[in-house]
Amino acid sequence: MIQQVDRHVDYWCVIIRSHVSASDAHARDKLADICGAGFNSITAVRFSKIYMFSGLLSESDIRLIAGDLLTDPVVELSEHFDGFSRRSGSETAIEVHPLPGVMNPPALSVKEAAQELLGSAGRTSARVDEVQTARRYEISGAKSADELESIAARVLANDCVEKWYIQGLGRDDAIPDHSPEPPSHPFKLRRVRIVDLSDARLAELSRSAHLFLSLDEMIAIREQFKRLGRDPSDLELETLAQTWSEHCVHKTLKSEVAYRGEDFGVDGEVEAHFDNLLKDTIAAATRKLNREWCLSVFVDNAGVIAFDDEIGIAFKVETHNHPSAIEPYGGAATGVGGCIRDIMGCGLGAKPIASTDVFCLARPEFESQRVPSGVLHPARVLKGVVSGVRDYGNRMGIPTVNGAIFFDDRYLANPLVFCGCVGLIPRNRIEKGARAGDLIIVAGGRTGRDGIHGATFSSAELTDQHADEFSHAVQIGNAIEEKKVLDALLIARDHTNGCLYSAVTDCGAGGLSSAVGEMGADVGAIVELEKVPLKYAGLRYDEIWISEAQERMVFAVPPSNLESFKKVFRAENVEATVIGQFTDDRMLRIRFNHTSVGELDMGFLHSGLPKSARVAMWSRSSKCEVQSSMSETTRQQGSKATSSNVDVLTIRRFDVLQSTDNASLLAALRSLNVASKEWVIRQYDNEVQGRSVIKSLVGPGFGPSDAAVLRPLYTSYRGIALACGLCPELGEIDPYWMAIHAVDEALRNVICVGADPMRVAILDNFCWPKVDTEEAMGSLVRACRGAHDAAMAYGLPFISGKDSLNNEFSMSEAESRRTGLSPRIAIPPTLLISALGIVEDVRRCVSMDLKKPDSVLVLASCEPAVRESDTRSSPQVASIGFDLAGAVNVHHRVAKLIADRHVLSAHDVSDGGLAVALAEMCIAGGLGVRVELSDARIAASIFESKPCTYVFEMKAEAARDCGFPVIGKVKSEPIFRLSTGKGDSIALDVSELAAAWRSPLAKGANKS
Amino acid sequence: MSKRVPVLVLRAAGINCDEETMHCWRLAGAEPSLMHVNALLDYPKKLDEFTILTIPGGFAYGDDIAAGVILAQKIQHRLADTLTRFVDRGGGIFGICNGFQVLVKMGLLPGGDFGRDQVTLTNNNSSHFEARWVRLQVCTIKCPFVGEVQSLKFEIQREGTRQQGNEATSETPKNRKVENSELEIADRPIDNRHSTIENFLELPVEHAEGQIVTTSEATTRRLFERGQVALRYVDAAGQSDRYPANPNGSVAGIAGLCDSTGRVFGLMPHPDRHFDHTQHPQWTRRNSEGPPDGLRIFLNAVRYWKDA
Repeated sequence: MIQQVDRHVDYWCVIIRSHVSASDAHARDKLADICGAGFNSITAVRFSKIYMFSGLLSESDIRLIAGDLLTDPVVELSEHFDGFSRRSGSETAIEVHPLPGVMNPPALSVKEAAQELLGSAGRTSARVDEVQTARRYEISGAKSADELESIAARVLANDCVEKWYIQGLGRDDAIPDHSPEPPSHPFKLRRVRIVDLSDARLAELSRSAHLFLSLDEMIAIREQFKRLGRDPSDLELETLAQTWSEHCVHKTLKSEVAYRGEDFGVDGEVEAHFDNLLKDTIAAATRKLNREWCLSVFVDNAGVIAFDDEIGIAFKVETHNHPSAIEPYGGAATGVGGCIRDIMGCGLGAKPIASTDVFCLARPEFESQRVPSGVLHPARVLKGVVSGVRDYGNRMGIPTVNGAIFFDDRYLANPLVFCGCVGLIPRNRIEKGARAGDLIIVAGGRTGRDGIHGATFSSAELTDQHADEFSHAVQIGNAIEEKKVLDALLIARDHTNGCLYSAVTDCGAGGLSSAVGEMGADVGAIVELEKVPLKYAGLRYDEIWISEAQERMVFAVPPSNLESFKKVFRAENVEATVIGQFTDDRMLRIRFNHTSVGELDMGFLHSGLPKSARVAMWSRSSKCEVQSSMSETTRQQGSKATSSNVDVLTIRRFDVLQSTDNASLLAALRSLNVASKEWVIRQYDNEVQGRSVIKSLVGPGFGPSDAAVLRPLYTSYRGIALACGLCPELGEIDPYWMAIHAVDEALRNVICVGADPMRVAILDNFCWPKVDTEEAMGSLVRACRGAHDAAMAYGLPFISGKDSLNNEFSMSEAESRRTGLSPRIAIPPTLLISALGIVEDVRRCVSMDLKKPDSVLVLASCEPAVRESDTRSSPQVASIGFDLAGAVNVHHRVAKLIADRHVLSAHDVSDGGLAVALAEMCIAGGLGVRVELSDARIAASIFESKPCTYVFEMKAEAARDCGFPVIGKVKSEPIFRLSTGKGDSIALDVSELAAAWRSPLAKGANKS
Repeated sequence: MSKRVPVLVLRAAGINCDEETMHCWRLAGAEPSLMHVNALLDYPKKLDEFTILTIPGGFAYGDDIAAGVILAQKIQHRLADTLTRFVDRGGGIFGICNGFQVLVKMGLLPGGDFGRDQVTLTNNNSSHFEARWVRLQVCTIKCPFVGEVQSLKFEIQREGTRQQGNEATSETPKNRKVENSELEIADRPIDNRHSTIENFLELPVEHAEGQIVTTSEATTRRLFERGQVALRYVDAAGQSDRYPANPNGSVAGIAGLCDSTGRVFGLMPHPDRHFDHTQHPQWTRRNSEGPPDGLRIFLNAVRYWKDA
């Protein structure tokens, strides 16, 4: 009988191999990565995909699945085996499996598709219970199993989320024959002894339980529970730790600060007091400017400004630094996903239309041997974060339109990943609020153990042990799940019966604990944790409560809308489950199977955090100390780099090239912070949704655009411009001016493409090292005050912001000796300013590529505010300080020239100075220039970044009375010629400029 | 006034270009409706109400396994007969990017005696996602989606009938104001003889799995001989084999295919992202007149099916 031949087995494994080299691009890519990481003896890599099925499946079932679903008959072959562990051949191989519980979207899709395939083929008795996937790399040329081990660890897999098995060269790791069961815990309510603890023991508890709370905060909690006459449950303590984490409440920036030291932008010393640093600086600027087009600022998941009478634009920028340090791909992807959810959870939901991404990383060429243990090599981080952003953003169908990458070795152990998202929201959908009686619904992905402790983890300092301790905080995203949630959310928002819910927020840091805690802050809530849908059985109640599993949103739905709401979500195949109800007693009550596991007073949860008071100081002498301790690492690196290779130097504002000659310009173009980022940009879909007007790369030569322009509505030519400003290298000199320069740069960038400078809103993202000294606090104060002063002078309201502190890494003395790095590596204080500007008519936009031979080049700039005292005491401060009132005038005049259509192309003078700005315009337009700099001051600083400085192209007759000096002409012959009054000159073919500018990152992050 | 061409635009988990695709059909004067694939699977007869089925771009079901596979499987098992009948009675099927991948994975393209095991779309040669604008050459006269471009030189062959070049010349594109181009085009007849483009189109590609691979040179040759290669990537010199003009390494630079009737058409580039002149990467340095290249494809289809 046929059935006897057709074996039924519980576990099957299918292996798919490409047999056509054309389609085995993944293997070629990995071979390049392996060789790039220094394993030069490896000669070939073959790649196979592995699918492991458990369930009730016959051999003909598995043959059907393999043939019809998993294999592309043109380019692939498949084999199948019973059990998970059997493989054909005896190749030397590394096989990579996701760790149990790690999100694996393809496995979920295959399970569903296989089940459907079996059903439609009439195989009703067959059943697929679970699918797992793995990747197998057969490797030729390896010398030892140890070498395979390090190839796996350094190139092919990440032990935070994956496990690998090595075969060949004496190793034969056993691959388990079936899938492991996730651990399961029987219910037991756990209380944490706290009421009778001494202060010292409290501090110890904060550390050992990874609460990251200060002693004052621990005492406040102890006193609260003393009043209640009981100890807290572990869940209550966790909820407080999450809600009070630096990540969630920004307690350092909101602390009361007494500042003394150097004054702000004027000479002399000052004493200043801030009741709440953030409120008194950044938020105060917004309040004082009082723009009627700011619709929602600092209160929601994102800031919202008016686009027209009906539509608002929401903008949010988040950081996802710590997770990206440990698992760059998953960290960046979930960073993008989280920021998109912020937009989806803004008001009653905004529709995301664009993403932005900024990375701060160490040089990809950093010597491998000197990377400390527990830190991933920067080339790998770069490749990982780019892939993460790409895969999440592209899958969501949200174009990634603007970004930047800044290289500095101090980001070695703490790479920064900023993810921004812009959304459209009807102005009548901005107001929201959960009401007593509304049902609490969690929709989207299921809850698992992933991402536990993310909020507290991001508030901590990294150490070489962190990869192990916090691997559970790292996650892999599932973009399609989020896209489905978005589709359903927009249908429910725009339902014919009106919006079906009264509030929504995303499940981000802190998971349900934060989402429900925030939504119910003014009312109260009861949650029944056993109702939360789980990925697998066995989660403890506190794990369910604080899990940061991705792709979940929480809604407040009036009971009368429940059926309609569920219908909408069901139609989109999105799970939506009632897990509780909002109440009116201002209590947060959490239950598990009818047992109370937590009861917190909303008042204490949200206002019980003791306000911290900080002392801050800043003076030129103390600053030098802070500076030297912060940048010891770079000093060593920097001097090494200088002696060996000028290419890898960070040529920004102050590594000024002194001589005006060909070699200097080529070196400037080759420096990483100037060089073309085309390799990155081409991996991002920047046109999906069809809104793109000015793209990241412009002109026939693909020059770097200053800003992106989008047309949010297909029916109107009104647009928005997006750009950023970032100058961490100035933080060492003075964070006050660093902040002003960043605001200035962001504004210039949007003006260059044609934004209206009176309709620009900005966002702040502070990434700081530890703020544990008066000087460090002083640097934060000065940056806040600089941001405030620039916002006031330029009329740019801040609408949203975020901070990430403690971006430091510590290693053991031994590791420090081995690597030659200082035992503590701190990032430079980094302030990202993102700008969102309105463009009246996108058809008037200007791009930076040179357009017409014989037009003229105009330089617009303002006078530096050189003050006697500055020059004497600090020439550097003198060179970065400038007159803000004069600058406003320049910005507005340039914007007017662009709006009046007098400008053919415009570019801001930033990284690499005037010389690089002109070179980029030549490269972009494929045209040449002849520039004569008679002004000795300009001629002396052609590689310097300057605030408030633009270079642009105009028709000769229009330039005559534009009020700015003409410095040269555009030539049809593609040669860059620049000469100074002193007789120095540069003459280079534009093709040579382009080759230099493209070379450093042409092949991406692969090291040579 | 003639009736508008009814177009069905499919939606599914992960499809993300439905909004701009709907917009293009509206601009082209069609009457598009958006529907979730589940709704169509539940009620296949619904397709009878439409003339053109469009599968937009995106990452349907995450493109897990390989691009387009899961959606292709869903449609194939439940709608295969419906779709065959739909094409037989003169309907058109249009797959853009991910939609093209779905049509290929279903075996609907190239279709006929080309089996699923002869032509496929696989990973780009560069191994990663590629976003760039490409130049495309029209290679067939049998596909009504790209027919307009050819109608200068060829008469469009329709089954059983011969259609002359469109006679209507009420207004030439030159007379149109650029400012209002996209908002007004919809109701105007397109005059081929005044077309500013000849055999070439410029559109963006944005994909990771767009490389056409065939089992043999003979298969590739057969595709060309039968007029089923609708579009190929070419550089300024007309060559198809060089990166990045050929962005994914496709054999013979194939960018789009049609079936033997010409009415089932799929392409990797995105006409749905070039419906306005301000979307072209060089728009700030040139004057553009007439409908943008992407919109032309939609206009061609509407003109062809309006009279069908």
